Amino acid sequence: MKTTKRHQRRLLLNRIFEWIFFSTIAVAILVLGALLFDIFSRGISGLDWSFITSMPSSRPAKAGIFPALLGTLWVILLTALIALPVGIGTAIYLEEYANKKSWFFKALNLNIANLAGVPAIVYGILGLTVFVQLLKIGPTILAGALTLSLLILPVIIVASIEAIRAVPNSIREGSLALGVTRWQTITGAILPMALPGILTGSILALSRAMGEAAPLIMVGAVGFVTFLPDSILDRYTVLPMLIYNWTSRPQDEFAQLAASGIIVMLIILMLTNLTAIILRNRSQQRID
Amino acid sequence: MSIKVNVQNLNFYYGDFQALKGINMEIHENKITALIGPSGCGKSTFIKTLNRMYELIDGTKATGSISFDGTELLDKATDVVDLRKRIGMVFQKPNPFPKSITENVLYGVKRHGDVPKTEWKELLETSLRKASLWSEVEHKLNQSAFSLSGGQQQRLCIARTLATKPEVLLMDEPTSALDPIATAKIEELLEELKKEYTVIIVTHSMQQAARISDYCGFFLSGELIEFGLTKQLFSNPLDQRTEDYITGRFG
Repeated sequence: MKTTKRHQRRLLLNRIFEWIFFSTIAVAILVLGALLFDIFSRGISGLDWSFITSMPSSRPAKAGIFPALLGTLWVILLTALIALPVGIGTAIYLEEYANKKSWFFKALNLNIANLAGVPAIVYGILGLTVFVQLLKIGPTILAGALTLSLLILPVIIVASIEAIRAVPNSIREGSLALGVTRWQTITGAILPMALPGILTGSILALSRAMGEAAPLIMVGAVGFVTFLPDSILDRYTVLPMLIYNWTSRPQDEFAQLAASGIIVMLIILMLTNLTAIILRNRSQQRID
Repeated sequence: MSIKVNVQNLNFYYGDFQALKGINMEIHENKITALIGPSGCGKSTFIKTLNRMYELIDGTKATGSISFDGTELLDKATDVVDLRKRIGMVFQKPNPFPKSITENVLYGVKRHGDVPKTEWKELLETSLRKASLWSEVEHKLNQSAFSLSGGQQQRLCIARTLATKPEVLLMDEPTSALDPIATAKIEELLEELKKEYTVIIVTHSMQQAARISDYCGFFLSGELIEFGLTKQLFSNPLDQRTEDYITGRFG
């Protein structure tokens, strides 16, 4: 076949766009790479077992992250316990029960999507007013978890709604036509099919919450704690708060500690995201 | 000859649109009743009224009377969950659940809670046998239903419905998504099923209706133009429009 001029131009254009798109991803990779290189080159030397199991200290050589690590785990577990049932429950109501033609439903849907875009600090202010002061929970783990729950609820709800909506209507009909109740249809057919999507969205939302410092500053997480939390009504700190505290100190040693802390943080985030992927793949295999 | 379902002056509305107009039909027990007609004529809507599946769609309304073994089926007080147990339905496209073959068949039974656990295994086998699927799946009962072919999936959906021990089987174009061989298998199966069940089947294919049904109804624009013995309807239709349709002049 003879290649015309026009054909050659199209092939050239094709190659040019391939390069343009490759360079966009290259920019992202380079920036991320530089950031990781900087953090690892500063922080890896300070990273050892005693760094993880020690208390923070004003002497950098002895300082560790143990209370912040435990604080993060407490806060995130409690956030999951609060936000997952409420978020998934809301999604089930909106998709399976609510009258989709009512103005109430439409307004609610629009507002949930909007709430996902509200800055985290605003949730912090809300948490301070409602949980810490009005409900007198005080600057405790519970108040922090409630605030983070509010922050990630919209994301969990939207992800769950999408996942439930993706379940074909024929499955719903097939179940109901067997003389099975609506609730049994939800638990027996709809949720199992929507679960991979719900899990992925929820875990990603939780790992976002894990990295938040701003709203927790508002509700009274402290930067420097030398005791371990033993109830949800204890005061606490979390990793991002401790890292923030360290980076704001003038000594270079603390900057190194912050870098080590960030590495730990990154490892935890990677592990949770990995869990999300594994869970999703496993439940998808069950379906296929 | 006993009447299983008696429909009298049934009207059905999607919002303001009237989809069924004054339908009267007597459905005989242990017979196959086929419903034919062009797309949008109301035949699928009609069978959806029989197990009240239309209630899933907002803004629908049915008036008139459908008597099922003497109970008024359209009555709000009639428990729709129990009704659907007694009037099962097979859909146009096979819709197995994303579960194993066993779990699919026992899906309804496990949730109704009226068959003791010790009888599940037997019920599984008899349901699959009745749907003539047993020999093809007995060695892989724990595999996903999605590993089956389309025709097998549809027979699995039939087995799943039979496991809930219905009295009436509604089938909404059950073979329209299947190839001729799978279709022939299901038609053969229907012949067996009518010994135990009353079957109402919507079909696009007039040949299918002529082959398998005892009674046949012709729908057009929401009206039941003609209803009677299949033999008579196809050999000697009373209405000109029926004749035009079955001789392929339109539709």
